[in-house]
Amino acid sequence: MKNAVWKQLYAFIQKEFYHVFRDRKTLLMLFGIPIAQVLLFGFVLSNEIKNSKIVVCDYAKDYASQEIIRKIEASKYFNVQKATLTHDQIEASLRSGDIKMAVIFPADFYSDLSHLNKAQIQVIADASDPNTATTLSNYLTSIINDYQAEALAQTKKPYSIIPQVKMLYNPELLGAPNFVPGVMALVLMLICAMMTAVAIVKEKEMGTMEILLVSPLKPYLVIIAKTIPYLLISLLNLAAILLMSVFLLNLAIKGSVILLFAESTLFIISCLALGLLISVGSTSQMSAMMTSQMSLMLPTMMLTGFMFPIENMPFWMQGISYIVPSRYYYTIVKAVMLEGLGFTAIWRETLVLAGITLVLVVINVRSFKIRLA
Amino acid sequence: MKAITLDNITKTYDKGKVLAVDKASFELEQGETFGLIGPDGAGKTSIFRVLTTLLLPDGGNATVAGYDVVKQYELIRNCIGYMPGRFSLYQDLTVEENLNFFATIFNTSIEENYELIKDIYVQIEPFKTRRAGKLSGGMKQKLALCCALIHKPVVLFLDEPTTGVDAVSRVEFWEMLKRLKYQGITILVSTPYMDEAALCDRIALIEGGKILSIDSPANTVKKYPGKLFAVKSANMHRLLHDLRDYEGTRSCFTFGDSMHLSFKQDSDNAVSTLTNYLTGKGQQQLEITEIPAGIEDYFIRITEKQNEQHSHTS
Amino acid sequence: MSNIAIQADKLTKRFDDFTAVDAITFDVRQGEIFGFVGANGAGKTTAMRILCGLSIPTSGTATVAGFDVYKDAEKIKKNIGYMSQKFSLYEDLTVMENITFYAGIYGLSNQEIKDRGAELLTRLGIEHEAKTFVASLPLGWKQKLAFSVAVIHRPKIVFLDEPTGGVDPVTRRQFWDLIYEAADRGITVFVTTHYMDEAEYCNRVSVMVDGRIDAFDTPANLKKKFSVESMNEVFYQLARGAKRKAD
Repeated sequence: MKNAVWKQLYAFIQKEFYHVFRDRKTLLMLFGIPIAQVLLFGFVLSNEIKNSKIVVCDYAKDYASQEIIRKIEASKYFNVQKATLTHDQIEASLRSGDIKMAVIFPADFYSDLSHLNKAQIQVIADASDPNTATTLSNYLTSIINDYQAEALAQTKKPYSIIPQVKMLYNPELLGAPNFVPGVMALVLMLICAMMTAVAIVKEKEMGTMEILLVSPLKPYLVIIAKTIPYLLISLLNLAAILLMSVFLLNLAIKGSVILLFAESTLFIISCLALGLLISVGSTSQMSAMMTSQMSLMLPTMMLTGFMFPIENMPFWMQGISYIVPSRYYYTIVKAVMLEGLGFTAIWRETLVLAGITLVLVVINVRSFKIRLA
Repeated sequence: MKAITLDNITKTYDKGKVLAVDKASFELEQGETFGLIGPDGAGKTSIFRVLTTLLLPDGGNATVAGYDVVKQYELIRNCIGYMPGRFSLYQDLTVEENLNFFATIFNTSIEENYELIKDIYVQIEPFKTRRAGKLSGGMKQKLALCCALIHKPVVLFLDEPTTGVDAVSRVEFWEMLKRLKYQGITILVSTPYMDEAALCDRIALIEGGKILSIDSPANTVKKYPGKLFAVKSANMHRLLHDLRDYEGTRSCFTFGDSMHLSFKQDSDNAVSTLTNYLTGKGQQQLEITEIPAGIEDYFIRITEKQNEQHSHTS
Repeated sequence: MSNIAIQADKLTKRFDDFTAVDAITFDVRQGEIFGFVGANGAGKTTAMRILCGLSIPTSGTATVAGFDVYKDAEKIKKNIGYMSQKFSLYEDLTVMENITFYAGIYGLSNQEIKDRGAELLTRLGIEHEAKTFVASLPLGWKQKLAFSVAVIHRPKIVFLDEPTGGVDPVTRRQFWDLIYEAADRGITVFVTTHYMDEAEYCNRVSVMVDGRIDAFDTPANLKKKFSVESMNEVFYQLARGAKRKAD
């Protein structure tokens, strides 16, 4: 008998994959959208990083400043223009888009460095294009660190140069690294919840649900068989997004990949449960799609904090954001992927996410209809 | 044990506002082919859905294969085959994939019950790699029947299997049902085509959620009260008007190439009086013959009252 | 030939290597009730689409209400009415809203809409239902209403695609009463049906098999020719030989 259940499950899952691979629209939704999202949010925005125009204001004109400028000039990322501009002039050029960044060496840079063992460089970046700004300031910081390391080796003096980075126009620094976790939440939500809801409602619309209900198939088997394909596809998509982040966006995964996948699986299950719930209330594929977009996609975009900071929202919206699973997932991914933190740092979010998932699954089990109405 | 029993089954929708089935009762013997005959909206599909455990009745009791439709629904689902009114297979799966899928979810395989579906399956086998959505109406019907039969059900439910199917495919379909009957399968079938009623062992006429008559097709037409005449003339269209204007006419309807007429009173000289009347109206090539009533005649007769009231509930 | 409503000569429609309509030739006279029957997939729908100006034929000629199907599709559309079992009225609009909408499409004036709408409701005996949503009407009424709306602009020809499917026997006959009335008013009726007794009500019938017209005559002559009692048998004899079953 147990064998029979496995056979049923296998046949059902196989059938689901036939549906997926035989419908171009579904295929496009499943695989095209994630790629498009990542490219849109990440790659396209950070495309122009090579040969970015920057201006260097060297008030020091000493040995150390010249050396660092030489290094900056040597880098393929920067197209350096030397000028001594006032602060107002710098801001005007940034605003007009002539330059992406300004680097200012204060007058007594080398003397500070040799006497105080500590000197400052001011970096002003146009953060209205956050990816470029972050990336550029990161490159600059690493060039300065390079110089420090060399100087340290020569003089054995514990120098420390502190770049004072000032982000203009977009102090929150919402950029590719932050978008990727957001896109992950969005894509998983889209595939799991919306596609599952649509796939189930399609069976209702086509009348095949009637036959499935009348068959000896156990209801839980229908649920499992309907969701497993989308769980697998979601994990595949997750892997694709991560690979694209690493190789196209040069965004390293700092934390444990296994932890990332485990947390993602938990989030996927909560999304699948939401999709099932939507399918219970919808009678047409169209309404399932609309409901998914209104009740899942929008909150994921608005209330997880990857587009708009939650702290700035009205109190009641902040309240709603606490029940949006994507919010916790977003925090978790940011912590694991970008900050390289371990489970101890995210156990609270994991617990809340698990709690929400459990509640959703229970509601689903209770509301699954063994009959038509 | 009866194959199916219905005892005062009532089904309403919209919180009781729409009465779909009104205290319906009937029983099916094992191995019987039983037809539920009535137009769209008569309540046929609701009865099917109650019996196939898809809907809960509002009142009354029903059993299928001895199991209660409410309490023992899981047992019923193991032993029935169901073909819903519209084509309900996976259009994007091939003929073979559909059949395999349904065989597996019913815990069987095509090979295991091949004997039962062989006659039907050989007709669609040449197209087994074709997607179900690309089959013709008749072929879809055959595939759906194969899928409903694959697990050798004890009772087979066919909800309007021939609606929208052309006359040739309909004849073929009923021939297949006849062969299934010899295999001992009980069949409950519904149809809006009155001419198909004659192919059932027994029929129930249904209209407005009410069962109006249950009997064998032969006995059903015998219940037609009074005599029925077929009237023909050279100008059929005018004939209809003349017959409806005639004071002795109880009812007159077009039936194919003739008018079916019943008199208010079947007196001995009714026909000759009518002949005189029609000849006086200038009707030529007049033919008036007494004929046995058909199922459709009987159906019209017993539903006449409801239609006269233009009832809103049909 | 002003008394010819539809004329088709060797009308053909091919999709790739599949000939859906295979050189059909027939004519429909003005005011005639013309039955267009055939098995599923015989090519009825394709032929009907061409005649309604919705599809350009591959070869052959055809005129509808005197207009060429190649060149004057728009003029054809103005002169015909169309009703199908599958799509007819908007369920979420009231009876009168449906009438106003369809009459409006054909450019009837407000006064005409009002007059003809009232006349239509009276003829169907549903004066009190003008503000009822179509969704809540019984099926038979919907069909009769749909037909009346399809001829509200007094077209020369009305095309009916399986108009009586699933309707109860009495309403089915009432529907045919409407068809006869329309024919009496000079409207040519082109109708497809699966009920072969309805084929008997037509003045002339064509039977399509595998894209061809295999028989074309009055019901009486067809029955004589095939030495059978009913149109059902005529149809069965012709369609049984069809090869195009799986398509």
